[in-house]
Amino acid sequence: MSVTPPLLQIKGLTKSYPGVRALSDVSLTLACGEVLALLGENGAGKSTLIKTLGGVHQSDSGSFIVDGDRVMIANPRDARRLGISVIYQEFTLIPTLKVRENIFLGHERQWLKPISQKTERKRAMALLKRIGSEINPDKLCGELSVADQQIVEIAKALALNTQIMVMDEPSAALSPREAEGLFAIVEELRSQGIGIIYITHRLNEVEQLADRIMILRDGEHITTQPAVDLSRDQIIENMVGRSLEEEYPPRRSVVGKPRLQVDRLTRGTDVKNVTFTVHRGEVLGIAGLVGAGRTEVARMLFAADTPDTGTITLDGVVLNLNSPRQAIAAGICLLTEDRKSQGLILTQSTQHNFGLPNLADFSSKGMLVHRREQNRFQHYCDALNIRISDAQQRAETLSGGNQQKVVLAKWLQSNAEVIIFDEPTRGIDVGARYEIYQLLNELSEQGKAIIMISSDLPEVLAMSDRIIVMREGQLMGVLDNSSSTQKVTPEDIMRYATSAQSLEQPMAVQS
Amino acid sequence: MTAPKITPIRKWSLKKLIVDHGMLLVLLLLCTAISALTVTDIHPEGPAAGRQLAQLALQKYGTEPKVLIVVRDTEADREFAKAINDELVAGGGNVVGTASGTPRHAIEQLTRILDVGDAVDIIATHQFASQWEVLNRSRLAKVSEKPIKVIRPPSYRWPSFLTKNNLLSILNQNVPIAIMAIGMTLVIITAGIDLSVGSLMALAAVVTAVSLRDYLGDADAHGGSVALAFGIAMLVCAGVGAVAGLLITVFKIPPFVATLGLMMVARGACYILAGGADAVKIDAPTISSLYDASVLGVSSQILLMVVLFITAHVVMTHTPFGRYVYAVGGNVSAARLSGVPVMAVLITVYIVCGLCAGIAGVLDASHFLTGRPKAGEFYELQVIAAVVVGGTSLMGGEGKIFGTLIGALILGVIQNGLNMAGVDSYRQMVIYGALILVAVVVDQLKKKVINPSIVSQ
Repeated sequence: MSVTPPLLQIKGLTKSYPGVRALSDVSLTLACGEVLALLGENGAGKSTLIKTLGGVHQSDSGSFIVDGDRVMIANPRDARRLGISVIYQEFTLIPTLKVRENIFLGHERQWLKPISQKTERKRAMALLKRIGSEINPDKLCGELSVADQQIVEIAKALALNTQIMVMDEPSAALSPREAEGLFAIVEELRSQGIGIIYITHRLNEVEQLADRIMILRDGEHITTQPAVDLSRDQIIENMVGRSLEEEYPPRRSVVGKPRLQVDRLTRGTDVKNVTFTVHRGEVLGIAGLVGAGRTEVARMLFAADTPDTGTITLDGVVLNLNSPRQAIAAGICLLTEDRKSQGLILTQSTQHNFGLPNLADFSSKGMLVHRREQNRFQHYCDALNIRISDAQQRAETLSGGNQQKVVLAKWLQSNAEVIIFDEPTRGIDVGARYEIYQLLNELSEQGKAIIMISSDLPEVLAMSDRIIVMREGQLMGVLDNSSSTQKVTPEDIMRYATSAQSLEQPMAVQS
Repeated sequence: MTAPKITPIRKWSLKKLIVDHGMLLVLLLLCTAISALTVTDIHPEGPAAGRQLAQLALQKYGTEPKVLIVVRDTEADREFAKAINDELVAGGGNVVGTASGTPRHAIEQLTRILDVGDAVDIIATHQFASQWEVLNRSRLAKVSEKPIKVIRPPSYRWPSFLTKNNLLSILNQNVPIAIMAIGMTLVIITAGIDLSVGSLMALAAVVTAVSLRDYLGDADAHGGSVALAFGIAMLVCAGVGAVAGLLITVFKIPPFVATLGLMMVARGACYILAGGADAVKIDAPTISSLYDASVLGVSSQILLMVVLFITAHVVMTHTPFGRYVYAVGGNVSAARLSGVPVMAVLITVYIVCGLCAGIAGVLDASHFLTGRPKAGEFYELQVIAAVVVGGTSLMGGEGKIFGTLIGALILGVIQNGLNMAGVDSYRQMVIYGALILVAVVVDQLKKKVINPSIVSQ
């Protein structure tokens, strides 16, 4: 038995946000030259874990042990000093600076000490060579491809004598060929004794790279096992597996005539030729990984973005919408994934947020009738069980569930007939989730057409009548979820969403 | 679980009072402080004081004594003298004459009366003349055997800051800034800025003057032509505002840069229109009568300002447009996704801001009866200062119209107070700037205390 302590140990890490327990007593170990794949659904706590490790967030309790010493990580500087580097999905490179300048940014010991360009160039080239890259260190970072930028990020981390490297979905934005290059770099780093925590949604990468696999779900540690001991199905089961029965109210809605028809919708490389239909009283789930183009489809339906080609038809009439304002008037609404930056004006009162798209209803002769607005708001507070202390309360002080209900209330007041939910329960605790599901059911029972984008597979499976799966901007398949005998399984969805090659035989697109 | 009734916000609390009306309290505090510093002896000299003096004389000395009234040779003094005379005569008193002019006039008149054998028992005058050497006791004793009493209206102590004239002059001086600050408030609430207002004010003044001189009949211009000139000037400014709005929305130019460019363009246009002159004279007589018109001593421009502030307040709090302005400033993408016509709102806001500058410029032309290409230099900074001191956040989304009025008044009062305290203009600048910073820092601290940052995920 070796007596050298593991490179990194995390013990009993716990972290709560208001209303949500993001991490609950999570522990892990990482050895030199090991690749630990960290898996879990969106919202499972992976991001919180690495942000805590990187010093961006502070844990409520738990300890970090690096090379056998207990350490404090109070800020990103501490993490760097300990040899921990996190490569986030959003790069931290400054596009207007050169590659070498970016690599050594923030390393300058003295603010005014002149930097020798020659030495800097030499050292940058040496670092890049260590990971087999020949990027010109004098190029501007803004001119590099995403893959090359990532290499610069890695070189930047190496310049800090990194021992522990965390990579958050490093392959998400790469082409298959670029991804191969990345894997080579990971292998190289491993051979140099660096411990790597690798986050990904792509299971084939896990099989190719990982020594061990750690799975998180709902902030809890589910299992950590050697990669060879877990099959793909077991991984998926561990990631999504939980009893669905009590968490979701039963659906009783009757699906009626087609309501919204989307035909060959295309926008750049984000969305390619997407065709589907939503019916009256139906909940259509859109599943897929983050970045699969689901949100982009939603934004086009809401006319927040303009499609390059393709048509949208509502109740048999082709829509030609130029702005969300027109979409709202046509009866389409969108509950955005990011409520804080897109759904609400946080610094303003809940009532004003509720009223914003509906001011025409609350005015007479061009003047607002505040009482009318207040009465309607009170009505929805009762109907949707929105808990606020007073109508002037700023939206930022509400819990996630109440914020979501305020957004929903404003759309119900605007007579929305097609309601698009983008990640309706993200950041919302279990109790409020159930209420949102009930509302979803009630709305579909009223004949509204509902599109629900969700990365939460159990949610998609429990709530949708049909499910479409997207991957890399394309619609990979439509799954009928209404039959009680032949249920769609999470594995079915994951297969469509993760398979690296296109399907052997894409499922017929039914309407 | 049922949702609790939405309770209306608590009617009164000290915290809320400070948050909502903090700047009003600052204004009142400033006024109190300046008042305390400017308390002086007031020696009344108006007709009311004259009547009061006559009453006192009648009460104290009866109708018997013979009174000579001594004043300077000015319009106001003659009115003062007339009031004493009329009041005494009405009360059956005995006025032997009025001397108005220099001390020599007074002593000559006194000697003339005494020479014809008449007597003078009392000289009624005001504080100023009572200090004349010819009226002191020993000099009078040389002229008259009988002792002559010199009486004057009683003086009292009162802050010179807190007089109707001074307060009205503060308002009058700050009308252009305050009116431009209305438009600026809207712009800043949308998280923008407009640096062109000072130049637009000059442009409006010059356009008014030039169009009256060259196209609308010069000295013969009647009311309709004057109104037309005003309209053209304001329309030009609104047009420049529209250009700013288009640059900002369609071409996505940052407001700071777009309006900086327009500021220079407009200032240059002023000089070109004025043909290089320092001022374009306005000869139309209608203008000054319009400007000088007043109701109960309050000038027409102050009334206009009040009307504009009330209108703006109603628009911002009681119309969908006002809500949209706040929404755009609070979070532009959330506003757009909530169906707010963001582009139209922004363009309108810059048009309103240009229009306000146009109104200020038209008032400036009416005041000075010239179109001055130099008018309003650096006013943009004072206007922005007024808005910020008034509690509007440069981050957008927050601000109140009446806060801006208070901000403008605070700046006006500070300037007035410093003038009265005899602080020289360089020191005034330093103090003025420092006070603006203090106001904004206090505002930030207030926000922190009242609304501790919300833990976000």
